Amino acid sequence: MNLIDLSGNLLFVAFIAYLIGTFLFGGAIKTSKPDGAEKRANTWGKLAIIVTIIGFLAQLGYFITRWIHTGHAPVSNMFEFTTAFGMFIIGAFILIYYMYRLSVLGLVALPIALLIIAYAAMFPNEVTPLVPSLQSYWLTIHVITAALGQSVLAISAVAGLIYLLKAVDPKVKSKGRFWLEAVLYFMVLVIGFVAVTVIFRGMGYEAAFTYVDKNGAQQEIIYNMPAVFGMNESELLTDNVMEPLAEMPPVINAKKLTVVFWSFIAGSILYLLIRLVTRRRILAMLHPLVQKVNLNLLDEIGYRSVLIGFPIFSLGALVFAMIWAQEAWGRFWGWDPKEVWALITWLFYAAFLHLRLSKGWEGKKSAWLALIGFAIILFNLIVVNLVIAGLHSYA
Amino acid sequence: MMEKIICACGHENPQGTKLCEKCGRPLTEEEKDRKIVDMRYDGIAIRSKTRNKSIIDKIWNFFSSVKVGVSLIIINLVAASIGTIFPQEFYVGVATEAERAIYYEETYGSLGKLYYQLGLSDVYSSWWFQILVGLLGISIIIASLDRGIPLHKSLKNQRVKRHESFMKRQRVVAAGPVTEGDSSKTLDLVEEQMKKLKYNVRREGNAILAERGRFARYGPYINHVGLIVFLLGVMLRLLPGFYVDESIWVREGETRTIPGMDGYFIKNEKFILEMHDNEKTEAQIQQGVNAVAKNYQTNVKLYKQPEDAIPGQTDNLELVKEYSIRVNHPLQHEGYSLYQMDFRLNELKAMNFSLTNKATGEELGDVSVDLTNPQNEYVINEQTKVSLLGYYPDFSGFKDGEPQTATSTPNNPAFIFKMTTPEQPDGEVSFVAIKQTIEPNGDNAYKMKFKGVETRNMSGLTVHKDRTIPILFIGGMIFMLGVAIGSYWNHRRIWVEQLQDGSIRLAAHANKNWFNIKKDLNTITEYAHLPQFIDQVEKEEEEGQKEKEGDNTL
Repeated sequence: MNLIDLSGNLLFVAFIAYLIGTFLFGGAIKTSKPDGAEKRANTWGKLAIIVTIIGFLAQLGYFITRWIHTGHAPVSNMFEFTTAFGMFIIGAFILIYYMYRLSVLGLVALPIALLIIAYAAMFPNEVTPLVPSLQSYWLTIHVITAALGQSVLAISAVAGLIYLLKAVDPKVKSKGRFWLEAVLYFMVLVIGFVAVTVIFRGMGYEAAFTYVDKNGAQQEIIYNMPAVFGMNESELLTDNVMEPLAEMPPVINAKKLTVVFWSFIAGSILYLLIRLVTRRRILAMLHPLVQKVNLNLLDEIGYRSVLIGFPIFSLGALVFAMIWAQEAWGRFWGWDPKEVWALITWLFYAAFLHLRLSKGWEGKKSAWLALIGFAIILFNLIVVNLVIAGLHSYA
Repeated sequence: MMEKIICACGHENPQGTKLCEKCGRPLTEEEKDRKIVDMRYDGIAIRSKTRNKSIIDKIWNFFSSVKVGVSLIIINLVAASIGTIFPQEFYVGVATEAERAIYYEETYGSLGKLYYQLGLSDVYSSWWFQILVGLLGISIIIASLDRGIPLHKSLKNQRVKRHESFMKRQRVVAAGPVTEGDSSKTLDLVEEQMKKLKYNVRREGNAILAERGRFARYGPYINHVGLIVFLLGVMLRLLPGFYVDESIWVREGETRTIPGMDGYFIKNEKFILEMHDNEKTEAQIQQGVNAVAKNYQTNVKLYKQPEDAIPGQTDNLELVKEYSIRVNHPLQHEGYSLYQMDFRLNELKAMNFSLTNKATGEELGDVSVDLTNPQNEYVINEQTKVSLLGYYPDFSGFKDGEPQTATSTPNNPAFIFKMTTPEQPDGEVSFVAIKQTIEPNGDNAYKMKFKGVETRNMSGLTVHKDRTIPILFIGGMIFMLGVAIGSYWNHRRIWVEQLQDGSIRLAAHANKNWFNIKKDLNTITEYAHLPQFIDQVEKEEEEGQKEKEGDNTL
């Protein structure tokens, strides 16, 4: 087995470990039944964290072996970065777990990391050569520090989500109930994306088109899903596959739009099935699981994660970024979309801290802000990389 | 004179004080009604709460408000995000204003046109965006002064003993007799243990104030100083001499003056482009990329004029250094940096022709036209010569019968030659462009036969000098230091008082991270046998929840 295969296998081991860990954390939920349930829950909790650590070490193994194989820190394309982001979230969770010993965090942190790693696996996972601007030790320093900061900030969203799962009453109609269910629905959509990608990949679906790009040049593109939306002036080259239903103007990448469309369809069907089978909101299913958690402690964990994550993020995503930009391009700031969104993330968490400090936005409000902050981080990872073109577009 | 609030303890507090500076008694009705006092800024009178008379006071009060500050953060955030909807002008590779207008409309439709017309395509240099950043800067300065100075005074002048009404209104409190042992030793035990926990302990009679990590309170103010230094550094670039940002194209073999870097010359020895030799990856196939670049490099020689040279004089240049400029590896010299930014391969360097008799095919001689430095006349022999009447490096068509050139770069050279031969001593005029020959005076006997081209590469370099960098760096470091102090340390205080009957009254406050102070409290409670403390916030919530659960069972 060569190094890169070993690396892939280690990642797979990590994924399975996190999956098992999630269920074990499920078993660690405290109930008030007086038949020794508490002791049992503690045992499950201990087992869960051990499995999680094993998974983390396996993924660290993936990271290191891939690093050795490629010769540069494996954070240079969408697959590598997103996978590493998932790993750092687990790392941040383990850190916070040992500070507060709250196993319910794992019940949410692990599934989120799983979704992120699964999402990453949908991108080409081959080793990509580095373009000249990325050939710098700052790639390692800047990207890893920024991702680490984002991961710790993500834990505040984990705590915020648990807080809201408990604090929002699923029986009472409210804005909070609607939006929280929307967050959960979004998570199902990610599963939908993974599902359609895996299914069509399994079928070996391929449809080649020629199209005219925004500069008027003829290009070729391969769809891996039935083309619902066609590229500008596209012509189908493959036989016996679906013709696009609608054609898009040149500024819209119809291939990506098609992927979004299928993910949306699959995720929505999945969500409807869940609702039909259980006859309940997802929120109503999760609400009882977190009844025993201490809201104050969650609020504190959420705040603490922002406090720990914010300086790391500032250092990695702004300070180191500026130093590298100065070295590579001769200007420390260039208003590149990714830079701007890092600044926006930073401003948002600065606002979060000020609101919390001076306006007393604690509890529910703070939890919502933590979720919005994580949404901005994901926006910067997904939309800015894939939709808005710039110096940081990897895929 | 401003009015003072006189506390029951006799201390005179400035107006706006919430908690007496000396004993901590709540002074406002609002504070008296609270179960737990508001400990932000320790209940001091901040300037914006004490004065509201003059215009200056009003402006001060406006900017010192956290509400205004947070609003400014959010407005800046939204404004910044608008600039990412479509690419900004500096990432769009067109030069003129008219071309830009067309670009945005053609590429992004009417939305793009609107975006351009509203000036959003260059939002970060717009006056209103810069004003927004400026307002945020002012807010940072004023809010910091408004709170930082009074807070500093208050923290410095803390009394050990606080009034009962202050103690009881803290979030974490304990009251009651000691649980075990001799109560006369309790305070000694507390002091001993608090010192072990690295608290600063002050004792006055029957009261103890144990404090740890006070400097953490200064974190936010330090990081604000850093931000202001950074913003000032950015503003300094507007002053002449602080900031140079120029770009040049240097062809291989060429020596050019460096713009913005007086007295220096650069020679491009060679431009090197290397590609990765990997097999095509999936992403490359999907994006139609044939090969991924591995290295962009320009080998240069940096020269300096001798001290006494007149500007522009290129003889006697002194070699300063030889360097290979690569991406991420700029050439640095005396505060200036030269970066590898762009390149153009196979630029036309020279075009070779031969003066040829159309009928016989006889060649009278060769002419090589250097496209960046063409001569007026190319003499082949005494009777035979070629004059260059017109040169159009980037021929773009005719306008009113005159040939036009779009740029001065030889992308599509065209020439008007006058060919003088023994046969045609008056000369024949011919217009020669790529794949096009026009003979304005009818049929010529001779032509300029195209023989070939010589090409060379060209490097695009940028020249930077930024004397603000050290200032920005210091600002950044101060900011990081402040953020780290404010985030990773916390200020914990524990007040303990032993009453006449030997019972204990305890109160504790942490500016954040209550989890940690409770751990400390557990330790001293056990060690000194103190009454069990309670968290009044949590207690309230639990009671609320019990009521709710009770409702459900009905």
